[in-house]
Amino acid sequence: MEITVTINGKSHTADVEPRTLLVQFIREQVGLTGTNIGCDTSSCGACSVHVDGEAAKSCTLLAVQADGSSITTIEGMASADGTLHPMQQAFMENHGLQCGYCTPGMVMAATSLLAENPNPTEEEVRIGLEGNLCRCTGYHNIVQSVLACAKS
Amino acid sequence: MTMTDDTTGVLGQRLLRREDPALLTGEARYTSDLPIPGALHLAVLRSPYARARIVSVDTSAAASMPGVTAVFSGADLADTWAGPMPCAWPVTEDMKSPTHYPLAVGQANYVGDGVACVLANSATAARDALDAIEVEYEPLEAVIDLEDALSDRVVIHDEIGTNRSYTWDLKIEESEGQVDQAFADAAYSVKERYIQQRLIPAAMEPRAVAAIPQPFGGDMTLYSATQVPHILKVMTALTLGIPEHQLRVVAPAVGGGFGSKLNVYAEELLCVALAKRTGSPVRWTETRSEGNQATIHGRGQIQDIELAADSDGRLTAVRVRLIGDMGAYLQLVTPGVPLLGAFLYAGVYELPKAYDFSCTSVFTNMTPTDAYRGAGRPEATYAIERAMDALAAEIGIDPLELRRRNFIPTASYPYEAMTGLVYDSGDHDRAATLAAEMIDYAGVRARQETQNVPGATKRLGIGVSTYFEMCGLAPSRVLASLNYGAGGWEAATVRVLPTNKIQVVTGTAPHGQGHETAWSMIVAEKMGVSPDDVDVLHSDTAIAPLGLDTYGSRSLSVGGVAIAIACDKVIDKAKQIAAHQLEANPDDLEFSGGEFRVAGSPDRAMPLAAVAFEAFTAHNLPDGLEPNLEAHTTYDPPNFSWPFGTHMCLVEVDTETGQVDVLKYVAVDDCGNQVNPLIVDGQVHGGVVQGLAQALYEEAVYDADGNLQTSTLAEYLVPAASDVPAIDTGHTITPSPTNQLGVKGIGEAGTIASTPAVINAIVDALSGLGVRDVKMPASPNTVWRAINEAQGGQQ
Repeated sequence: MEITVTINGKSHTADVEPRTLLVQFIREQVGLTGTNIGCDTSSCGACSVHVDGEAAKSCTLLAVQADGSSITTIEGMASADGTLHPMQQAFMENHGLQCGYCTPGMVMAATSLLAENPNPTEEEVRIGLEGNLCRCTGYHNIVQSVLACAKS
Repeated sequence: MTMTDDTTGVLGQRLLRREDPALLTGEARYTSDLPIPGALHLAVLRSPYARARIVSVDTSAAASMPGVTAVFSGADLADTWAGPMPCAWPVTEDMKSPTHYPLAVGQANYVGDGVACVLANSATAARDALDAIEVEYEPLEAVIDLEDALSDRVVIHDEIGTNRSYTWDLKIEESEGQVDQAFADAAYSVKERYIQQRLIPAAMEPRAVAAIPQPFGGDMTLYSATQVPHILKVMTALTLGIPEHQLRVVAPAVGGGFGSKLNVYAEELLCVALAKRTGSPVRWTETRSEGNQATIHGRGQIQDIELAADSDGRLTAVRVRLIGDMGAYLQLVTPGVPLLGAFLYAGVYELPKAYDFSCTSVFTNMTPTDAYRGAGRPEATYAIERAMDALAAEIGIDPLELRRRNFIPTASYPYEAMTGLVYDSGDHDRAATLAAEMIDYAGVRARQETQNVPGATKRLGIGVSTYFEMCGLAPSRVLASLNYGAGGWEAATVRVLPTNKIQVVTGTAPHGQGHETAWSMIVAEKMGVSPDDVDVLHSDTAIAPLGLDTYGSRSLSVGGVAIAIACDKVIDKAKQIAAHQLEANPDDLEFSGGEFRVAGSPDRAMPLAAVAFEAFTAHNLPDGLEPNLEAHTTYDPPNFSWPFGTHMCLVEVDTETGQVDVLKYVAVDDCGNQVNPLIVDGQVHGGVVQGLAQALYEEAVYDADGNLQTSTLAEYLVPAASDVPAIDTGHTITPSPTNQLGVKGIGEAGTIASTPAVINAIVDALSGLGVRDVKMPASPNTVWRAINEAQGGQQ
C-alpha cells in the first residue's frame, strides 16, 4: 500500500506491507534509526515519537495508519545548526541518560508531557513517564531533567 | 563531593558526558542500526518444551518459503563447531557440564533452547518461515525445583548422569573445628533460609549481532551488542576454529548490559558460522520475548545461613550452604557466580577464622543463569544483612547497633578477612553515621513508637544494609586459584599526536558507564591538557586489540588505573626529550600543567605540545630514543577494590492491602576517590533501583512444566518511574591504597546494598505483627500473606 508521511518536515511516499509497523517503516524504509525498539508488547516506550504533535509509541501503529500524518522523531528535535532541543540539553546537564537506548523515546515522551503540563510536580513527571522504561538511571536524573527543562 | 587534598584540577569535577550528544539525537548507532547491504537475516526456532527429545526436524517446507535462503537444524550444523559453547569457569576439577551447541541436537532442555534456524532476505521473511519448520518432539518430564533437581529423581542430561554440576567448598584451614565449637559456645545464634528468585536482566537494548565476511580476503567482522568484545573474539575463534587474527569484533553503541551481555551466545556463533558458510553478511536482532527466554537470567539460589554470636552480639562463626540454579547449561561464567559471593558472607563485620561455606549447583530445565549486576555479591549481602536483622531481633537490640558492634574497626585496615583476602580500606562507622543522619534514624524510631501501635494499618519500617562490593576483577593469580579461565588485567595505550591531541586506547568496553568522559578526565589530569583534547578509543578489536572488557565494576579500578600508568610512561619519555632540548638532566625536570620545567629555573621550560612535535619530527632526539610519544601498559591489579557503604530505606506498609510505599531511600557509598561524581551518582541511582526491583517487583516465574510465565515486559515487571522513589545519595571518601588514583568500583554497589535494605524495612514495619521474613518479590499479595500467616490466619 502506498502511504505519504511527513517525517521531521520532509515528505516520504512509500509502498508498505499492510502489517508493517510505523516503527519498522521509520527505521527500515526511511532509515531513521534513532527511534529504538525495546520490546514487542508496547511496554517500554523506546520507540516513542510525536504523531501530529502528540507522543505515541510507534510500535502501536501500523505504518498505513500514519498515512497523511506529520511525525517528529528524535532526529527532528535538535536545530539544524546543532543546537540541542531544551529537553535534550536538560537530559545532558542532569545526566538523564546512561546507555542512551531509552533516551530518544524518553525525550519524546517528556516533551509531550511538558506540552500538556508545563509545570509538573515530581510525582506528575513520574506518572507521566510511566510508559517509558529505563534500566540504567533509576529514573532519578530523568525526572530531574524534565523538572529542570520545565523550569528553564 | 570533593576529592582528597592531594589532587586538584579536573578529577572530581561533575563534567558533563561527551557521549551524550550522539545518544540524545539518534546519531549513535547500536548494532541493529547498522546499515549492512545484502545482509541475510537469521531467525531461530526455539523449543516450546522445557525438556523434549527432538525426534525429527523437517525443514523442507520452510526452505521453499519466499525470501528464504536456507534452513538448518541442529544436526545440520553439527560439523560446523570446532567445540561446544564455552564455559570459562570450571570451578572444580570434577565439575559436570553438559555438551551445549548453538542449536540443540537430540534433546532440547529449556523453553527457548534453539532447535533450528532460518536465513532469509528480511527479518519478517525469516520469522515467517519458522512457522513452517516441522519439529516432532517427544516431551519429557522437566525439572524446575532446585531441591528436586538435587535429588536426581529425574536426570536432565543423560550424558552426565546427575543434575549436580559441582560442589565447591571454601576451605579455610584455621576454621577446621572452630565453626562447630563456636556454634556450641554461642550465646545467640540464628539459622535462616532465603530464596534468591530468578531475575531477567532486561537491558533496554535487546541483543543484536551482525557478522560480515570477506569471502576472498578471509577476514570476518563480528558486530555485537556485547560487553566483552575481546573475550568474545577469543571464544568465537576457539569455538568456530577461525584463526583469531582474522576475526575482528566490534561493540558499537551498546544499550546496557548488567551482565547479560557478558557472554558468548548461540546467535553470535550462528551468525559468524553462517556468514562464513554463505559468504554473505548475516544479522540477527533479538525480540524482547525471545530475549526473556534466551538471554541469561540472574540470581536463582537457595541460601541457608547460620550466624553464631557471643553475649555482646559479636559474630563468632558463619556457616553457609547454597544451592545454585545453573539452568539448563553452563554459559560463560555460570558456575562461578556463587563463588563471587562466597567471600562476602561476613559482610563488613569482624569475624574470626570460623567460616564454613559450601555451594552445590544443579541443572534445571530453565534458561541458563549467569552474571547479573553484582553476580553472587548481592546474594551474599542479602543473606548476611537479613540474618543480621534476625540476630538483632534474637538478641533484642537495634539492628544498627548490632552492626556497629561488629564493624571491622577503621584502624584494622588493611584487614585480612576470614577468607584470607585483604580488604584495602574502610570506615564503616562513618558511612553508617552519615546515612543515619540523612534519614533521621533516631527520629524514625521515635515516629514508630507513635505510629506502629496495635491496630495500626499503616506501619512504618526502616531497613539498614551495609556492604562491601568486592570488585575490580581481578588479580590474575586470585582468579587462577578460583580456576577461572582467564586473567584480570587491563590494557591501555596513550599516544600524544604531533598536534598535542591525545588518543587513549582502552580495553574496557563501556555500554552506558561514560568511560569516554571519565578516561579523558584521567588523562587530562595526568598530562595537563583539556579533556576536550583527549579521544578515547575502545570496543573494536582492530583499534584496541588487547583488553578484558567491562563487568564486575572493574573498568575504573583496573582499566582507568592502566591509563594512568600509561600516562606516567609517556611523561617519562617526554621528560627525556624535554631534558635533551633544554640541556638539563631529566631528573631535574618537573612536569605540571602540561609543561616541563627545570627545577629552580622557571624560565627554562618546554610545553608538552613542543615535546610531542619534537618526538614526531625526530630531528633532535636523545641518542637511542625512539620517535613518537606513545606508551602501552597491561596492568594486573594487586588486589580487588573494596567499596563499601550503608544504605537505609524507609517504608510504610499498608497491612490491609500489603502495599509497600518507599518513603525515602538513602545511599551512602564510599568508592574512594571519585573521577566524576555525576557519573558515580548515576551508577548508584540505577543500581539502587535495580536492587529495589528485586525486592519489590521482579521474578522470572516458571510453571511446573517449565513454561516461562514472564516472557514479555508486560509480565516481567521492570519498574517505571512511578514505581520507584527518588534516591538521596551521600558519599564518604576513603581512598584505596592499592592504586595510584585511590579509586574503587561503583557499578554494582547500589544493587548489592539495596535489596536487603528494602526487605529489612518491610520486616521492620511488620515485626510488631510477628512477621520475621517476607519473600521476594514483596508484592502486595506476598506481604499480605506474610502478615496473615504471622497472625495465625489462613494463607
